[in-house]
Amino acid sequence: MPLLKNGEVVADPWQSVADGEPVPEAGPVLIPFQRWQSEREALSRRNAPVGVRLSNTQALADVAPDLARFELIVLDFPKFVDGRAFTQARLLRERYGYRKELRATGNVLRDELQFMHRCGFDAFEIEAPDAAAQWRAAIAEIDVFYQPAADRVATVIARRRSA
Amino acid sequence: MYSYDKYDQALVDQRVEQFRDQVRRRIAGELTEEEFRPLRLRNGLYLQLHAYMLRVAIPYGTLSSCQLRGLAHIARRYDKGFGHFTTRTNIQFHWIKLEDIADAMAELAKVEMHGIQTSGNSVRNVTADHFAGVAPDEIEDPRIWSEIIRQWSTLHPEFSFLPRKFKIAVSGSPNDRAALRIHDLALRMHRNAAGEVGFEVMVGGGLGRSPFIAKTIREFLPKRHLLSYLEAVLRVYNQAGRRDNLWKARIKILVHELGAAKFAELVEAEWNQIKGGAVEVPDAEIERIAAQFVPPAYDPDAPTFTHEFDALRLNDLGFGRWLKTNVARHKQPGYSIVTLSLKPEGGTPGDMTAEQMDAVADLADRYSFGEIRVTHVQNLVLPHVRRADLPVVWRALAKLGLATPNIGLATDIIACPGLDFCSLANARSIPVAQRITERFNDLARVHDIGELKIKISGCINACGHHHVGHIGILGVDKNGEEFYQVTLGGSEETNASLGTILGPALPASRIVDAVETLVETYLALRRDGERFLDAYRRLGTAPFKERIYAAA
Repeated sequence: MPLLKNGEVVADPWQSVADGEPVPEAGPVLIPFQRWQSEREALSRRNAPVGVRLSNTQALADVAPDLARFELIVLDFPKFVDGRAFTQARLLRERYGYRKELRATGNVLRDELQFMHRCGFDAFEIEAPDAAAQWRAAIAEIDVFYQPAADRVATVIARRRSA
Repeated sequence: MYSYDKYDQALVDQRVEQFRDQVRRRIAGELTEEEFRPLRLRNGLYLQLHAYMLRVAIPYGTLSSCQLRGLAHIARRYDKGFGHFTTRTNIQFHWIKLEDIADAMAELAKVEMHGIQTSGNSVRNVTADHFAGVAPDEIEDPRIWSEIIRQWSTLHPEFSFLPRKFKIAVSGSPNDRAALRIHDLALRMHRNAAGEVGFEVMVGGGLGRSPFIAKTIREFLPKRHLLSYLEAVLRVYNQAGRRDNLWKARIKILVHELGAAKFAELVEAEWNQIKGGAVEVPDAEIERIAAQFVPPAYDPDAPTFTHEFDALRLNDLGFGRWLKTNVARHKQPGYSIVTLSLKPEGGTPGDMTAEQMDAVADLADRYSFGEIRVTHVQNLVLPHVRRADLPVVWRALAKLGLATPNIGLATDIIACPGLDFCSLANARSIPVAQRITERFNDLARVHDIGELKIKISGCINACGHHHVGHIGILGVDKNGEEFYQVTLGGSEETNASLGTILGPALPASRIVDAVETLVETYLALRRDGERFLDAYRRLGTAPFKERIYAAA
């Protein structure tokens, strides 16, 4: 699946390791959060970045104490109509101060990219032949934002007041 | 009235172009119908039995004459010359072509209108008391906060893919004219002991196959914290609401399963984290919006009565009846609130022709400061008519077929589009409503019966609000035949209640007779001044049931 990060299609340096598979000795690995919880000690001894996949029902309070250990968090949209990860993304960015890569995976639609971006996602696994062009088009369609979100753009209210 | 500034306008203009591109991609085959569906739904475009249907938002039911003319134009140019006002105070056009949609939306944008979030699992068009700003019992104008909610909820990035749709209603009066307790979330303004104005917050109301009356989760919410509190409610719902079963996904099920107290606790916990944060609206912005809802320039010397008014009232029974049911008290002396009935005998509830829309826009300009309201009972309102102008307005409305003196009476029926239009329906609603209005076509009799709310839905989704009808009628399908189940004793007003099923469903051929039997039973048993609902609450279903099923 192509990876779109900060508006560009990039190679994905992360090796995804499923439950039960051995963790390679070197290189960045992406693992389910539950595996991190059970193998925290061993994984911490590896001298390479760790990323975690969160299910969209994962309570973030349980993730928060370890956030500084993660270079990547992947949030899931099992179906495009299932919007739970929008809330998770905002909370990670706005409440828990997570600053590293926040990636959307699953049923990621071009027409949801702007909402995802506003909620704090900066990377997207998206099936599209021209993902970068789609991104540029999607992100430019609307530039009027009524409500504050994780992207910290000036809201309409702020623009009205500074006008 | 609120008018768009350049930001509001830019958003709807950009939205039109975004949708134009989505339609282009659909027609070009770049989007499957499955992928296109959520996109069109977010712009109020449904695929119905015969054609696409476009639902246009009328935020908190407020229209300018210019907007009503814009709707008339859409009806003429893109539809078959009429539109249909809904119980969500929206208007629907049932015969739009896909290739015309973007152009129609662009024309709507010119009059500051759109179809954004009139569908889809997002915060829907916010509704309010249709007498907002003019009701004598009002504490504060709910339109100010409705407009704040409209802006905040528009294209909200976090809450655009909720478990299910989310409907908000706002009232500024102790008397509920906005059907608050059947909404996902409702706000009622009131004063606390210190004399400050805030909101009672109710959640988890709704009809459909599991009807619930909303429960109060906060007695008093200071106004300045409205948006942080709403954000907390929606955040809890977005995370905890059920997504495993479409029929259990509304917030009412979550509130029911958790219990209102536990739900309130979760909301308070979330709210405490975001209260006072960036989402709260600064005072200057509240003032900017409030300034657009200041009362129009009323004539302080407007006479309460004129000779013509008095003479007509005494001598013309029709005018007298109309005054009684279609004219309400205004907070400004010398003015009245006039309700236009979209429920003529034999008509389709809520339907209006383009010619009627244009004519009402002209009347609004001349007699109501250019303002019109839409009610959730599918009628229109001219909110500021001088009492001295009532005779001339009455005559003009009568010519247009909009002065039927039946507001709140047996023929002021709510009906969903039903099987005549809707792909979800099991049975027709409109013909039942039409037959009831034909049966009860004697105005003297209808006035004698008094307040009676009949509400008809063509399926269990309950768009016709049958659960809260004094008499509710639900269309069901029995082996391909239309049957109708009757409920009694529902109400959407201050002491809201859900109706009780009377007995086995009745065939289409018997439903109008059954309504008449229910009415006759009431007339025989009522005490002096007792409404149908009060009589039912005193007597219960037994006498009604006996009359209906004894005859079978």
